[in-house]
Amino acid sequence: MFEAEFMRNALLAGTFIALACGLSGYFLVLRGQVFAGDALSHVAFPGALAAAAAGLDERVGLFAVTVLFGALIGALGRRSRARDTTIGIVFTFVLGLGVFFAALLASGAGGGSGIQVAHTLFGSIFGLGHGEALLAGAIALAVVGFTALIARPLLFASIDPAAALARGVPVDMLNIGFLVALGVIAAEATQALGALLLLGLLAAPAGAAHRLTSSPLAGMLLAGALSLLAMWAGLCASYEIPALPPSSAIVLIAASIYLLAGVVAGARRRAARRGAVALAPATLADKIGA
Amino acid sequence: MSPHLSVNLVTDLRELLAYHFMVNALLGGSLVALIAAPLGWFMVLRSETFAGHTLSMMAFPGASGAALAGIGAAWGYFFFCLAGALAIGGLSGGRSGEGERSANIGTIQAVALAVGFLFLSLYGGVLSDLEDLLFGNLLGISDGQLITICAVSLCSLGALSIFARPLLFASVDAELAAARGVPVRSLSTLFLIALALAVAAISQITGVLLVFALLVAPAASAQTLSPRPLTSLLLSVLFALVIVWLGLGIAYFSSYPAGFYIASVAFAVYLAARLAALLSERRPRRPRRRDQPSATAPMGGVSR
Repeated sequence: MFEAEFMRNALLAGTFIALACGLSGYFLVLRGQVFAGDALSHVAFPGALAAAAAGLDERVGLFAVTVLFGALIGALGRRSRARDTTIGIVFTFVLGLGVFFAALLASGAGGGSGIQVAHTLFGSIFGLGHGEALLAGAIALAVVGFTALIARPLLFASIDPAAALARGVPVDMLNIGFLVALGVIAAEATQALGALLLLGLLAAPAGAAHRLTSSPLAGMLLAGALSLLAMWAGLCASYEIPALPPSSAIVLIAASIYLLAGVVAGARRRAARRGAVALAPATLADKIGA
Repeated sequence: MSPHLSVNLVTDLRELLAYHFMVNALLGGSLVALIAAPLGWFMVLRSETFAGHTLSMMAFPGASGAALAGIGAAWGYFFFCLAGALAIGGLSGGRSGEGERSANIGTIQAVALAVGFLFLSLYGGVLSDLEDLLFGNLLGISDGQLITICAVSLCSLGALSIFARPLLFASVDAELAAARGVPVRSLSTLFLIALALAVAAISQITGVLLVFALLVAPAASAQTLSPRPLTSLLLSVLFALVIVWLGLGIAYFSSYPAGFYIASVAFAVYLAARLAALLSERRPRRPRRRDQPSATAPMGGVSR
Protein backbone atom coordinates (compact mmCIF):
# COMPACT_ATOMS: atom_id res chain seq x y z
CA MET A 1 0.00 0.00 0.00
CA PHE A 2 2.79 2.44 0.86
CA GLU A 3 4.52 1.60 -2.42
CA ALA A 4 2.01 3.76 -4.23
CA GLU A 5 3.16 7.34 -4.61
CA PHE A 6 -0.38 8.76 -4.43
CA MET A 7 -0.98 6.94 -1.13
CA ARG A 8 2.18 8.39 0.44
CA ASN A 9 1.15 11.87 -0.65
CA ALA A 10 -2.37 11.36 0.68
CA LEU A 11 -0.99 10.21 4.04
CA LEU A 12 1.41 13.14 4.22
CA ALA A 13 -1.22 15.81 3.53
CA GLY A 14 -4.00 13.96 5.34
CA THR A 15 -2.08 13.54 8.58
CA PHE A 16 -1.43 17.21 9.13
CA ILE A 17 -4.82 18.38 7.86
CA ALA A 18 -6.51 15.87 10.16
CA LEU A 19 -4.51 17.20 13.13
CA ALA A 20 -5.39 20.79 12.27
CA CYS A 21 -9.08 19.96 11.79
CA GLY A 22 -9.26 18.00 15.05
CA LEU A 23 -7.67 20.82 17.04
CA SER A 24 -9.70 23.62 15.42
CA GLY A 25 -12.82 21.45 15.69
CA TYR A 26 -12.30 21.16 19.44
CA PHE A 27 -12.70 24.92 19.80
CA LEU A 28 -15.52 25.09 17.25
CA VAL A 29 -17.57 22.56 19.20
CA LEU A 30 -16.70 24.23 22.49
CA ARG A 31 -17.99 27.51 21.11
CA GLY A 32 -21.01 25.97 19.36
CA GLN A 33 -19.72 27.32 16.08
CA VAL A 34 -19.58 24.31 13.77
CA PHE A 35 -21.88 26.12 11.36
CA ALA A 36 -19.09 28.67 10.79
CA GLY A 37 -16.78 25.87 9.64
CA ASP A 38 -19.50 24.54 7.37
CA ALA A 39 -20.07 27.97 5.86
CA LEU A 40 -16.33 28.41 5.27
CA SER A 41 -16.18 25.17 3.29
CA HIS A 42 -19.05 26.45 1.12
CA VAL A 43 -17.65 29.89 0.35
CA ALA A 44 -14.35 28.47 -0.90
CA PHE A 45 -15.83 27.57 -4.27
CA PRO A 46 -17.20 31.02 -5.17
CA GLY A 47 -13.84 32.44 -4.17
CA ALA A 48 -12.04 30.28 -6.70
CA LEU A 49 -14.61 31.12 -9.39
CA ALA A 50 -14.37 34.84 -8.69
CA ALA A 51 -10.59 34.74 -9.03
CA ALA A 52 -10.92 32.81 -12.29
CA ALA A 53 -13.39 35.40 -13.60
CA ALA A 54 -10.98 38.19 -12.66
CA GLY A 55 -8.13 36.35 -14.33
CA LEU A 56 -6.23 35.74 -11.10
CA ASP A 57 -4.79 32.55 -9.74
CA GLU A 58 -7.65 30.56 -8.24
CA ARG A 59 -5.75 29.76 -5.06
CA VAL A 60 -5.54 33.49 -4.35
CA GLY A 61 -9.32 33.82 -4.57
CA LEU A 62 -9.86 30.71 -2.51
CA PHE A 63 -7.68 31.84 0.37
CA ALA A 64 -8.79 35.48 0.16
CA VAL A 65 -12.49 34.64 0.39
CA THR A 66 -12.24 32.09 3.20
CA VAL A 67 -9.92 34.29 5.26
CA LEU A 68 -12.14 37.35 4.75
CA PHE A 69 -15.25 35.35 5.58
CA GLY A 70 -13.58 33.96 8.68
CA ALA A 71 -12.61 37.46 9.82
CA LEU A 72 -16.17 38.64 9.16
CA ILE A 73 -17.73 35.86 11.24
CA GLY A 74 -15.20 36.55 13.99
CA ALA A 75 -16.05 40.24 13.95
CA LEU A 76 -19.76 39.47 14.21
CA GLY A 77 -19.01 38.58 17.79
CA ARG A 78 -20.33 36.09 20.22
CA ARG A 79 -24.10 36.53 20.18
CA SER A 80 -24.59 33.08 18.75
CA ARG A 81 -28.34 33.26 18.17
CA ALA A 82 -28.16 36.11 15.70
CA ARG A 83 -24.74 34.95 14.51
CA ASP A 84 -25.84 31.70 12.89
CA THR A 85 -28.63 33.47 11.04
CA THR A 86 -26.28 36.14 9.76
CA ILE A 87 -23.75 33.53 8.65
CA GLY A 88 -26.52 31.72 6.77
CA ILE A 89 -27.65 34.83 4.94
CA VAL A 90 -24.16 35.97 4.02
CA PHE A 91 -22.98 32.61 2.76
CA THR A 92 -26.05 32.01 0.57
CA PHE A 93 -25.35 35.39 -0.98
CA VAL A 94 -21.70 34.46 -1.54
CA LEU A 95 -22.83 31.22 -3.19
CA GLY A 96 -25.21 33.22 -5.34
CA LEU A 97 -22.22 35.28 -6.44
CA GLY A 98 -20.46 31.98 -7.20
CA VAL A 99 -23.22 30.99 -9.58
CA PHE A 100 -23.00 34.42 -11.18
CA PHE A 101 -19.25 34.00 -11.73
CA ALA A 102 -19.83 30.51 -13.12
CA ALA A 103 -22.29 31.94 -15.63
CA LEU A 104 -19.90 34.78 -16.40
CA LEU A 105 -17.07 32.33 -17.05
CA ALA A 106 -19.25 30.06 -19.18
CA SER A 107 -20.36 32.95 -21.39
CA GLY A 108 -16.94 34.63 -21.46
CA ALA A 109 -14.29 34.47 -24.14
CA GLY A 110 -12.45 31.64 -22.42
CA GLY A 111 -15.49 29.41 -22.63
CA GLY A 112 -15.90 26.87 -19.88
CA SER A 113 -12.17 26.51 -19.25
CA GLY A 114 -12.29 28.62 -16.09
CA ILE A 115 -14.97 26.40 -14.56
CA GLN A 116 -12.98 23.37 -15.59
CA VAL A 117 -10.00 24.64 -13.67
CA ALA A 118 -12.17 25.40 -10.66
CA HIS A 119 -13.51 21.88 -10.76
CA THR A 120 -10.10 20.28 -10.91
CA LEU A 121 -9.09 22.48 -7.99
CA PHE A 122 -11.50 20.64 -5.78
CA GLY A 123 -9.72 17.40 -6.15
CA SER A 124 -9.57 14.12 -4.36
CA ILE A 125 -6.99 13.36 -1.69
CA PHE A 126 -5.74 10.53 -3.92
CA GLY A 127 -4.99 13.00 -6.70
CA LEU A 128 -2.37 15.06 -4.85
CA GLY A 129 1.09 15.52 -6.29
CA HIS A 130 4.16 15.45 -4.03
CA GLY A 131 4.60 19.22 -4.04
CA GLU A 132 0.92 19.86 -3.30
CA ALA A 133 1.00 17.36 -0.46
CA LEU A 134 4.07 19.04 1.05
CA LEU A 135 2.42 22.46 0.77
CA ALA A 136 -0.82 21.19 2.31
CA GLY A 137 1.12 19.59 5.14
CA ALA A 138 3.12 22.76 5.79
CA ILE A 139 0.04 24.99 5.82
CA ALA A 140 -1.83 22.59 8.11
CA LEU A 141 1.19 22.41 10.42
CA ALA A 142 1.32 26.20 10.59
CA VAL A 143 -2.38 26.28 11.56
CA VAL A 144 -1.77 23.65 14.25
CA GLY A 145 1.14 25.69 15.60
CA PHE A 146 -0.84 28.93 15.59
CA THR A 147 -3.86 27.35 17.30
CA ALA A 148 -1.63 25.69 19.91
CA LEU A 149 0.04 29.04 20.52
CA ILE A 150 -3.24 30.84 21.24
CA ALA A 151 -4.88 27.78 22.84
CA ARG A 152 -4.73 28.96 26.45
CA PRO A 153 -6.20 32.46 26.04
CA LEU A 154 -8.61 31.17 23.39
CA LEU A 155 -9.89 28.55 25.81
CA PHE A 156 -10.41 31.21 28.46
CA ALA A 157 -12.13 33.52 25.96
CA SER A 158 -14.38 30.72 24.71
CA ILE A 159 -15.52 29.46 28.11
CA ASP A 160 -16.01 32.76 29.91
CA PRO A 161 -15.60 35.76 27.58
CA ALA A 162 -16.71 38.30 30.19
CA ALA A 163 -14.14 37.16 32.75
CA ALA A 164 -11.47 36.92 30.04
CA LEU A 165 -12.21 40.47 28.93
CA ALA A 166 -12.00 41.69 32.51
CA ARG A 167 -8.60 40.02 32.87
CA GLY A 168 -7.35 41.88 29.79
CA VAL A 169 -7.49 38.99 27.33
CA PRO A 170 -8.06 40.39 23.81
CA VAL A 171 -11.26 38.38 23.24
CA ASP A 172 -12.24 39.96 19.93
CA MET A 173 -8.78 39.59 18.44
CA LEU A 174 -8.68 35.94 19.52
CA ASN A 175 -12.08 35.24 17.93
CA ILE A 176 -10.99 36.79 14.67
CA GLY A 177 -7.55 35.16 14.74
CA PHE A 178 -9.04 31.73 15.37
CA LEU A 179 -11.58 32.03 12.56
CA VAL A 180 -8.95 33.37 10.16
CA ALA A 181 -6.81 30.30 10.94
CA LEU A 182 -9.91 28.20 10.33
CA GLY A 183 -10.38 29.99 7.01
CA VAL A 184 -6.83 29.07 6.01
CA ILE A 185 -7.33 25.40 6.83
CA ALA A 186 -10.75 25.47 5.12
CA ALA A 187 -9.23 26.81 1.92
CA GLU A 188 -6.41 24.27 2.00
CA ALA A 189 -8.66 21.34 2.91
CA THR A 190 -11.31 22.11 0.30
CA GLN A 191 -8.79 22.29 -2.51
CA ALA A 192 -6.69 19.34 -1.38
CA LEU A 193 -9.36 16.99 -0.12
CA GLY A 194 -12.67 18.36 -1.38
CA ALA A 195 -15.24 20.42 0.51
CA LEU A 196 -17.01 17.32 1.81
CA LEU A 197 -14.23 16.20 4.13
CA LEU A 198 -13.76 19.39 6.07
CA LEU A 199 -17.07 19.43 7.95
CA GLY A 200 -16.80 15.79 8.98
CA LEU A 201 -13.28 16.21 10.33
CA LEU A 202 -14.21 19.41 12.16
CA ALA A 203 -17.39 18.18 13.82
CA ALA A 204 -17.16 14.45 14.51
CA PRO A 205 -13.76 13.83 16.21
CA ALA A 206 -14.06 17.00 18.29
CA GLY A 207 -17.63 16.16 19.24
CA ALA A 208 -16.48 12.70 20.33
CA ALA A 209 -13.64 14.20 22.39
CA HIS A 210 -16.07 16.57 24.12
CA ARG A 211 -18.30 13.62 24.97
CA LEU A 212 -15.44 11.56 26.39
CA THR A 213 -13.58 14.09 28.50
CA SER A 214 -14.18 17.47 30.06
CA SER A 215 -10.48 18.24 30.51
CA PRO A 216 -9.39 20.75 27.85
CA LEU A 217 -5.89 19.42 27.26
CA ALA A 218 -7.03 15.79 27.07
CA GLY A 219 -9.92 16.90 24.86
CA MET A 220 -7.65 18.69 22.38
CA LEU A 221 -5.23 15.77 22.20
CA LEU A 222 -8.08 13.29 21.87
CA ALA A 223 -9.77 15.33 19.13
CA GLY A 224 -6.52 15.40 17.16
CA ALA A 225 -5.89 11.69 17.74
CA LEU A 226 -9.42 10.62 16.76
CA SER A 227 -9.30 12.80 13.67
CA LEU A 228 -5.99 11.21 12.73
CA LEU A 229 -7.41 7.75 13.34
CA ALA A 230 -10.39 8.47 11.06
CA MET A 231 -8.07 9.81 8.37
CA TRP A 232 -5.67 6.84 8.38
CA ALA A 233 -8.38 4.20 8.70
CA GLY A 234 -10.42 5.89 5.99
CA LEU A 235 -7.48 6.12 3.60
CA CYS A 236 -6.64 2.43 4.12
CA ALA A 237 -10.28 1.35 3.74
CA SER A 238 -10.64 3.36 0.56
CA TYR A 239 -7.39 1.90 -0.80
CA GLU A 240 -8.64 -1.64 -0.20
CA ILE A 241 -12.18 -0.99 -1.52
CA PRO A 242 -11.88 0.94 -4.78
CA ALA A 243 -15.63 1.73 -4.99
CA LEU A 244 -15.43 3.60 -1.69
CA PRO A 245 -14.34 7.24 -2.20
CA PRO A 246 -11.70 8.29 0.37
CA SER A 247 -13.67 11.29 1.65
CA SER A 248 -16.78 9.17 2.25
CA ALA A 249 -14.74 6.52 4.06
CA ILE A 250 -13.01 9.07 6.31
CA VAL A 251 -16.23 10.89 7.19
CA LEU A 252 -18.16 7.68 7.84
CA ILE A 253 -15.42 6.37 10.14
CA ALA A 254 -15.27 9.70 11.97
CA ALA A 255 -19.06 9.61 12.42
CA SER A 256 -18.88 6.03 13.75
CA ILE A 257 -16.31 7.17 16.29
CA TYR A 258 -18.68 9.97 17.27
CA LEU A 259 -21.60 7.56 17.73
CA LEU A 260 -19.42 5.17 19.70
CA ALA A 261 -18.27 8.02 21.95
CA GLY A 262 -21.94 8.85 22.58
CA VAL A 263 -22.63 5.24 23.58
CA VAL A 264 -19.59 5.15 25.87
CA ALA A 265 -20.49 8.49 27.47
CA GLY A 266 -24.08 7.35 27.97
CA ALA A 267 -23.01 4.06 29.55
CA ARG A 268 -20.58 5.90 31.81
CA ARG A 269 -23.24 8.36 32.91
CA ARG A 270 -25.66 5.51 33.65
CA ALA A 271 -22.99 3.61 35.57
CA ALA A 272 -22.21 6.71 37.61
CA ARG A 273 -25.88 7.18 38.40
CA ARG A 274 -26.29 3.54 39.33
CA GLY A 275 -23.16 3.75 41.46
CA ALA A 276 -24.56 6.76 43.26
CA VAL A 277 -27.89 5.01 43.83
CA ALA A 278 -26.19 1.80 44.95
CA LEU A 279 -23.91 3.75 47.26
CA ALA A 280 -26.66 5.59 49.05
CA PRO A 281 -28.57 2.57 50.44
CA ALA A 282 -25.31 0.91 51.39
CA THR A 283 -24.17 3.81 53.50
CA LEU A 284 -27.62 4.06 54.95
CA ALA A 285 -27.60 0.36 55.79
CA ASP A 286 -24.14 0.76 57.29
CA LYS A 287 -25.37 3.55 59.45
CA ILE A 288 -28.34 1.52 60.60
CA GLY A 289 -26.08 -1.44 61.28
CA ALA A 290 -23.70 0.76 63.25
CA MET B 1 -37.83 37.27 -29.19
CA SER B 2 -35.17 38.53 -26.83
CA PRO B 3 -36.61 40.05 -23.65
CA HIS B 4 -36.75 43.77 -23.87
CA LEU B 5 -36.94 46.04 -20.87
CA SER B 6 -38.81 49.30 -21.47
CA VAL B 7 -39.63 52.22 -19.21
CA ASN B 8 -43.30 51.24 -19.17
CA LEU B 9 -43.67 48.71 -16.36
CA VAL B 10 -47.10 47.55 -17.53
CA THR B 11 -45.85 46.43 -20.92
CA ASP B 12 -42.86 44.80 -19.24
CA LEU B 13 -45.19 42.85 -16.98
CA ARG B 14 -47.42 41.89 -19.90
CA GLU B 15 -44.45 40.63 -21.87
CA LEU B 16 -43.24 38.67 -18.85
CA LEU B 17 -46.60 37.00 -18.29
CA ALA B 18 -47.04 36.05 -21.92
CA TYR B 19 -44.93 32.94 -21.43
CA HIS B 20 -46.27 29.80 -19.79
CA PHE B 21 -42.91 28.98 -18.16
CA MET B 22 -42.78 32.45 -16.63
CA VAL B 23 -46.32 32.13 -15.25
CA ASN B 24 -45.42 28.75 -13.79
CA ALA B 25 -42.21 30.16 -12.33
CA LEU B 26 -44.08 33.02 -10.67
CA LEU B 27 -46.84 30.73 -9.37
CA GLY B 28 -44.37 28.13 -8.13
CA GLY B 29 -42.10 30.78 -6.66
CA SER B 30 -45.01 32.41 -4.84
CA LEU B 31 -46.07 29.07 -3.39
CA VAL B 32 -42.51 28.40 -2.30
CA ALA B 33 -42.39 31.80 -0.63
CA LEU B 34 -45.70 31.17 1.13
CA ILE B 35 -44.45 27.88 2.63
CA ALA B 36 -40.86 28.86 3.27
CA ALA B 37 -41.58 32.13 5.08
CA PRO B 38 -43.63 30.83 8.05
CA LEU B 39 -41.44 27.76 8.53
CA GLY B 40 -38.32 29.87 8.21
CA TRP B 41 -39.77 32.33 10.69
CA PHE B 42 -39.93 29.62 13.33
CA MET B 43 -36.54 28.29 12.25
CA VAL B 44 -34.87 31.66 12.82
CA LEU B 45 -36.78 32.25 16.05
CA ARG B 46 -35.60 28.88 17.39
CA SER B 47 -32.09 29.61 16.05
CA GLU B 48 -32.10 26.36 14.11
CA THR B 49 -30.44 27.84 11.05
CA PHE B 50 -27.78 25.13 11.00
CA ALA B 51 -30.45 22.41 11.23
CA GLY B 52 -32.36 24.02 8.35
CA HIS B 53 -29.24 24.18 6.24
CA THR B 54 -28.46 20.55 7.01
CA LEU B 55 -31.98 19.50 6.03
CA SER B 56 -31.68 21.33 2.73
CA MET B 57 -28.34 19.56 2.11
CA MET B 58 -30.19 16.22 2.30
CA ALA B 59 -31.11 16.85 -1.32
CA PHE B 60 -27.64 15.62 -2.30
CA PRO B 61 -27.87 12.06 -0.87
CA GLY B 62 -31.54 12.12 -1.85
CA ALA B 63 -30.84 12.79 -5.50
CA SER B 64 -27.84 10.46 -5.78
CA GLY B 65 -29.53 7.69 -3.76
CA ALA B 66 -32.63 7.84 -5.95
CA ALA B 67 -30.46 7.70 -9.07
CA LEU B 68 -28.67 4.63 -7.70
CA ALA B 69 -31.92 2.89 -6.73
CA GLY B 70 -33.52 3.82 -10.04
CA ILE B 71 -36.51 5.57 -8.50
CA GLY B 72 -37.79 9.11 -8.83
CA ALA B 73 -35.63 11.78 -7.21
CA ALA B 74 -38.60 12.99 -5.17
CA TRP B 75 -38.60 9.77 -3.11
CA GLY B 76 -34.95 10.23 -2.27
CA TYR B 77 -35.50 13.85 -1.27
CA PHE B 78 -38.38 13.00 1.05
CA PHE B 79 -36.66 9.96 2.54
CA PHE B 80 -33.38 11.68 3.40
CA CYS B 81 -35.02 14.89 4.62
CA LEU B 82 -37.23 12.95 7.00
CA ALA B 83 -34.31 10.79 8.15
CA GLY B 84 -32.27 13.94 8.75
CA ALA B 85 -35.07 15.55 10.77
CA LEU B 86 -35.48 12.45 12.93
CA ALA B 87 -31.71 12.15 13.43
CA ILE B 88 -31.38 15.79 14.49
CA GLY B 89 -34.43 15.59 16.72
CA GLY B 90 -33.41 12.24 18.21
CA LEU B 91 -29.74 12.94 18.84
CA SER B 92 -30.14 16.42 20.26
CA GLY B 93 -31.76 15.71 23.59
CA GLY B 94 -33.27 18.39 25.77
CA ARG B 95 -30.21 18.67 28.00
CA SER B 96 -27.55 18.88 25.29
CA GLY B 97 -25.72 22.17 25.20
CA GLU B 98 -25.11 24.46 22.27
CA GLY B 99 -21.74 22.93 21.50
CA GLU B 100 -22.96 19.35 21.47
CA ARG B 101 -25.94 20.32 19.34
CA SER B 102 -23.76 21.96 16.72
CA ALA B 103 -21.43 18.93 16.71
CA ASN B 104 -24.46 16.65 16.26
CA ILE B 105 -25.87 18.57 13.34
CA GLY B 106 -22.46 19.00 11.73
CA THR B 107 -21.79 15.28 11.94
CA ILE B 108 -25.22 14.46 10.52
CA GLN B 109 -24.65 16.76 7.58
CA ALA B 110 -21.16 15.37 6.98
CA VAL B 111 -22.51 11.82 7.01
CA ALA B 112 -25.31 12.77 4.61
CA LEU B 113 -22.80 14.30 2.19
CA ALA B 114 -20.46 11.30 2.55
CA VAL B 115 -23.30 8.87 1.86
CA GLY B 116 -24.40 10.96 -1.10
CA PHE B 117 -20.88 10.95 -2.48
CA LEU B 118 -20.68 7.18 -1.97
CA PHE B 119 -23.97 6.68 -3.85
CA LEU B 120 -22.69 8.87 -6.64
CA SER B 121 -19.49 6.86 -7.00
CA LEU B 122 -21.44 3.56 -6.90
CA TYR B 123 -23.84 4.93 -9.49
CA GLY B 124 -20.86 5.85 -11.63
CA GLY B 125 -22.44 9.02 -12.91
CA VAL B 126 -21.06 12.52 -12.81
CA LEU B 127 -22.18 15.27 -10.50
CA SER B 128 -25.12 17.01 -12.12
CA ASP B 129 -24.84 20.63 -13.03
CA LEU B 130 -23.64 22.67 -10.06
CA GLU B 131 -26.14 25.41 -10.65
CA ASP B 132 -29.14 23.07 -10.81
CA LEU B 133 -28.18 21.25 -7.61
CA LEU B 134 -27.53 24.49 -5.76
CA PHE B 135 -30.09 26.81 -7.27
CA GLY B 136 -32.57 24.50 -8.95
CA ASN B 137 -34.52 25.42 -12.01
CA LEU B 138 -37.33 27.79 -11.18
CA LEU B 139 -37.78 28.67 -14.83
CA GLY B 140 -38.52 25.05 -15.79
CA ILE B 141 -41.40 24.15 -13.46
CA SER B 142 -43.92 21.74 -14.98
CA ASP B 143 -47.64 21.78 -14.21
CA GLY B 144 -47.28 18.47 -12.33
CA GLN B 145 -44.58 19.89 -10.06
CA LEU B 146 -46.81 22.88 -9.39
CA ILE B 147 -49.57 20.57 -8.15
CA THR B 148 -47.11 18.65 -5.92
CA ILE B 149 -45.85 21.83 -4.29
CA CYS B 150 -49.41 22.98 -3.81
CA ALA B 151 -50.36 19.74 -2.02
CA VAL B 152 -47.27 19.65 0.17
CA SER B 153 -47.58 23.31 1.06
CA LEU B 154 -51.16 22.79 2.21
CA CYS B 155 -50.15 19.78 4.37
CA SER B 156 -47.12 21.47 5.85
CA LEU B 157 -48.84 24.78 6.57
CA GLY B 158 -51.89 22.98 7.95
CA ALA B 159 -49.73 21.01 10.37
CA LEU B 160 -47.82 24.14 11.36
CA SER B 161 -51.00 26.11 12.03
CA ILE B 162 -52.24 23.36 14.37
CA PHE B 163 -49.23 23.52 16.67
CA ALA B 164 -48.15 27.10 15.98
CA ARG B 165 -49.22 28.50 19.36
CA PRO B 166 -47.55 25.93 21.62
CA LEU B 167 -44.53 25.94 19.31
CA LEU B 168 -44.24 29.71 19.67
CA PHE B 169 -44.42 29.36 23.45
CA ALA B 170 -41.84 26.56 23.45
CA SER B 171 -39.56 28.55 21.13
CA VAL B 172 -39.62 31.76 23.14
CA ASP B 173 -39.25 30.21 26.60
CA ALA B 174 -38.66 26.47 26.55
CA GLU B 175 -38.30 26.08 30.32
CA LEU B 176 -41.49 27.93 31.17
CA ALA B 177 -43.36 26.02 28.46
CA ALA B 178 -42.09 22.69 29.79
CA ALA B 179 -43.15 23.69 33.31
CA ARG B 180 -46.63 24.47 31.99
CA GLY B 181 -46.86 20.96 30.52
CA VAL B 182 -46.12 21.82 26.87
CA PRO B 183 -44.37 18.83 25.23
CA VAL B 184 -41.30 20.83 24.20
CA ARG B 185 -39.23 17.90 22.95
CA SER B 186 -41.99 16.42 20.76
CA LEU B 187 -42.84 19.85 19.39
CA SER B 188 -39.21 20.35 18.43
CA THR B 189 -39.14 17.08 16.48
CA LEU B 190 -42.57 17.77 14.94
CA PHE B 191 -41.35 21.14 13.76
CA LEU B 192 -38.24 19.59 12.23
CA ILE B 193 -40.42 17.05 10.38
CA ALA B 194 -42.67 19.79 9.00
CA LEU B 195 -39.58 21.72 7.96
CA ALA B 196 -38.09 18.61 6.35
CA LEU B 197 -41.23 17.89 4.31
CA ALA B 198 -41.38 21.45 3.05
CA VAL B 199 -37.66 21.55 2.29
CA ALA B 200 -37.87 18.27 0.38
CA ALA B 201 -40.75 19.56 -1.73
CA ILE B 202 -39.25 22.97 -2.35
CA SER B 203 -35.64 22.03 -2.98
CA GLN B 204 -36.66 19.90 -5.96
CA ILE B 205 -37.36 23.09 -7.85
CA THR B 206 -35.35 25.73 -6.04
CA GLY B 207 -32.21 23.75 -5.32
CA VAL B 208 -30.31 23.32 -2.07
CA LEU B 209 -29.25 26.88 -1.50
CA LEU B 210 -32.18 28.89 -2.72
CA VAL B 211 -34.54 27.05 -0.37
CA PHE B 212 -32.21 27.94 2.48
CA ALA B 213 -32.01 31.57 1.37
CA LEU B 214 -35.81 31.78 1.26
CA LEU B 215 -36.11 30.18 4.69
CA VAL B 216 -33.63 32.40 6.45
CA ALA B 217 -33.48 35.84 4.83
CA PRO B 218 -37.16 36.95 4.90
CA ALA B 219 -37.60 35.66 8.45
CA ALA B 220 -34.43 37.27 9.76
CA SER B 221 -35.32 40.58 8.09
CA ALA B 222 -38.83 40.55 9.51
CA GLN B 223 -37.64 39.68 13.00
CA THR B 224 -35.17 42.55 13.07
CA LEU B 225 -37.99 44.93 12.14
CA SER B 226 -40.73 43.89 14.51
CA PRO B 227 -40.76 42.10 17.88
CA ARG B 228 -44.46 41.22 17.54
CA PRO B 229 -44.94 37.62 16.42
CA LEU B 230 -47.88 38.11 14.07
CA THR B 231 -46.54 41.30 12.49
CA SER B 232 -43.14 39.85 11.78
CA LEU B 233 -44.65 36.57 10.54
CA LEU B 234 -46.76 38.48 8.00
CA LEU B 235 -43.79 40.70 7.14
CA SER B 236 -41.65 37.64 6.45
CA VAL B 237 -44.28 36.27 4.03
CA LEU B 238 -44.40 39.64 2.30
CA PHE B 239 -40.59 39.80 2.07
CA ALA B 240 -40.40 36.27 0.67
CA LEU B 241 -42.94 37.10 -2.04
CA VAL B 242 -41.16 40.33 -2.94
CA ILE B 243 -37.79 38.52 -3.08
CA VAL B 244 -39.11 35.81 -5.41
CA TRP B 245 -41.00 38.20 -7.69
CA LEU B 246 -38.20 40.73 -7.96
CA GLY B 247 -35.59 38.01 -8.46
CA LEU B 248 -37.57 36.28 -11.19
CA GLY B 249 -38.52 39.56 -12.83
CA ILE B 250 -34.92 40.76 -13.02
CA ALA B 251 -33.74 37.35 -14.18
CA TYR B 252 -36.18 37.42 -17.08
CA PHE B 253 -34.63 40.56 -18.50
CA SER B 254 -31.08 39.41 -17.94
CA SER B 255 -28.85 36.63 -19.11
CA TYR B 256 -27.69 35.51 -15.68
CA PRO B 257 -29.32 32.75 -13.61
CA ALA B 258 -32.43 33.43 -11.52
CA GLY B 259 -30.82 31.89 -8.44
CA PHE B 260 -28.20 34.61 -8.35
CA TYR B 261 -30.82 37.38 -8.47
CA ILE B 262 -33.06 35.80 -5.86
CA ALA B 263 -30.12 35.30 -3.50
CA SER B 264 -28.97 38.88 -4.09
CA VAL B 265 -32.42 40.42 -3.56
CA ALA B 266 -32.76 38.35 -0.37
CA PHE B 267 -29.43 39.70 0.85
CA ALA B 268 -30.40 43.26 -0.08
CA VAL B 269 -33.70 42.97 1.80
CA TYR B 270 -31.85 41.74 4.88
CA LEU B 271 -29.33 44.59 4.73
CA ALA B 272 -32.14 47.12 4.30
CA ALA B 273 -33.99 45.65 7.28
CA ARG B 274 -30.90 45.81 9.48
CA LEU B 275 -30.31 49.40 8.41
CA ALA B 276 -33.93 50.37 9.07
CA ALA B 277 -33.83 48.72 12.49
CA LEU B 278 -30.62 50.56 13.30
CA LEU B 279 -32.08 53.92 12.29
CA SER B 280 -35.38 53.51 14.14
CA GLU B 281 -33.50 52.28 17.18
CA ARG B 282 -31.41 55.40 17.23
CA ARG B 283 -34.16 57.92 16.62
CA PRO B 284 -36.69 57.45 19.46
CA ARG B 285 -34.02 56.99 22.09
CA ARG B 286 -33.23 60.66 22.69
CA PRO B 287 -36.71 62.03 23.51
CA ARG B 288 -37.60 58.93 25.48
CA ARG B 289 -34.57 59.11 27.71
CA ARG B 290 -35.76 62.46 29.00
CA ASP B 291 -39.19 61.15 30.00
CA GLN B 292 -38.52 57.69 31.38
CA PRO B 293 -34.95 56.45 31.50
CA SER B 294 -35.85 52.79 31.92
CA ALA B 295 -37.79 52.48 28.66
CA THR B 296 -35.63 51.11 25.90
CA ALA B 297 -36.79 50.48 22.39
CA PRO B 298 -37.58 46.76 22.00
CA MET B 299 -36.91 46.88 18.27
CA GLY B 300 -35.64 43.60 16.98
CA GLY B 301 -35.91 42.07 20.40
CA VAL B 302 -36.88 38.63 19.14
CA SER B 303 -33.83 37.93 17.08
CA ARG B 304 -31.28 39.01 19.62
